[in-house]
Amino acid sequence: MKINQIYIKRLIFTVSLWPVLSLSLAIFLNNLGANPIEFIERHFGKWSLIFLCLTLSMTPLRNITHMNQWILYRRMLGLFTFFYVTVHLLCYIGLDYHFAWIDIKDDIIKHRYVLVGFLGWLLLLPLAITSSDEMKRKLKSNWKRLHRLIYLIAILGVLHFTWLVKKDITEPLIYASIIFILFLLRLNIFKWKKFKKI
Amino acid sequence: MKLKKIASSEITPEHIYNDRRNFIKNLGLILGATALSAFTNKSFAALHILPSFAQAKEGEKEKLTSLKDITSYNNYYEFGSSKSDPYEYAEKLNIDPWSISIEGSVKKPLKIDFDELIKEMPLEERIYRLRCVEGWSMVIPWVGFPLHVLLKKVSLIGNAKYVEFVSLKRPNEMIGQKVDILDWPYTDGLRLDEAMHPLTILAVGLYGKVLPKQNGAPIRLVVPWKYGFKSIKAITKIRLVEKMPISSWMKANPKEYGFYSNVNPKVDHLRWTQTTERRVGESLLSPRLKTQMFNGYHEEVAHLYQGMDLNKNF
Repeated sequence: MKINQIYIKRLIFTVSLWPVLSLSLAIFLNNLGANPIEFIERHFGKWSLIFLCLTLSMTPLRNITHMNQWILYRRMLGLFTFFYVTVHLLCYIGLDYHFAWIDIKDDIIKHRYVLVGFLGWLLLLPLAITSSDEMKRKLKSNWKRLHRLIYLIAILGVLHFTWLVKKDITEPLIYASIIFILFLLRLNIFKWKKFKKI
Repeated sequence: MKLKKIASSEITPEHIYNDRRNFIKNLGLILGATALSAFTNKSFAALHILPSFAQAKEGEKEKLTSLKDITSYNNYYEFGSSKSDPYEYAEKLNIDPWSISIEGSVKKPLKIDFDELIKEMPLEERIYRLRCVEGWSMVIPWVGFPLHVLLKKVSLIGNAKYVEFVSLKRPNEMIGQKVDILDWPYTDGLRLDEAMHPLTILAVGLYGKVLPKQNGAPIRLVVPWKYGFKSIKAITKIRLVEKMPISSWMKANPKEYGFYSNVNPKVDHLRWTQTTERRVGESLLSPRLKTQMFNGYHEEVAHLYQGMDLNKNF
């Protein structure tokens, strides 16, 4: 990795902590509104989707700009996605439900938006666990197959949001369109040039 | 307010005149509150001043949700689908003059100016829990009058079985109506016995003052044992009808929203849990509350639904 790429990586890491910082600021300024727990849950839910989109845009960016270095940041963004989804889930379990496991179980079983959200997190687990270089080497070609789960996870994430809202699905549709475009850009017709695997 | 010579609404009613010390005190409170911050300014469009009303007894009081929370966290899709939209955009709605018509199966159809109405009706404070279908709740000190008082005034005809309420369609002032999220104007309905129940009120005030626009000014329904969306805001028409009216939410999603929409922890909703609720304004660390049958008004209203399968009639 070149020196400037290391700096870019550090910069991306720092900027990726913005959701934590902005929430801390909102808590400090007592700016969470009438339903603070809902605010915090939505905050991390929204940022999970944003990081998911960012992760998914690294490969198309490589294809479009013909620059391999985008892939260097993909793993970190993916891990941030996992981090924010996990914080989102922990807020739901701890802050919202106070670890009332029976209520949580019922909520997951009965409500489809909770179910798909939970499934999405479960599927992210193996991806986070196998994100190291070592695991990548061990799994060989299976690694790539396993990590294709991210497409399913993206769909589950958008469904989770869509099924949550009562009527106005404008916002979920925005994420759905972005993810749809990012999927399209992966089709062979958009890959003008073959790249070496990294 | 239209002025023809001296409109009767301009003449100070006797009870207010006699109660002028209180009136001045109230006025001072309103002015003081208005001056306090831009926030209160936005909450209370001080166009109408409420006549005096009977305050709720101390014993009835639960810990009230703050005025700030009640007026800044609203579901009022006429002004947008975000909870902060009504606070942001409701100001634009012109509610003066405002009249309500009562029509349909009545002997004496009535169209009455809002100012006249609140002078005639017996205003009182009612502290009610409000449970939203989304799983949050508040405790709100309304000022209003029982709906049955108004309905008795127009003399119902025998075939009046249901009451349909109609709000307002004015997309230039209600900017949320520029999108067809619901079939505007918003409508909802009650069975006649529900409408005549003493707990059912038409609210015109909040925290002792005139109702803020984001809460449904100038006049809204409050049915405390039903999910919040049944309590239609900014009412212009009340129709007595024979057949069960189809509400806006029933039209939008009949599988999720039934006619009755009684608060019921045993009947789950497709999206949100109905067994527990989050009380708005509680600290970050407080737990969810158990949702009560009929929102805690079981004793008063359970008899209305005797013998009915509430799983089917949700």
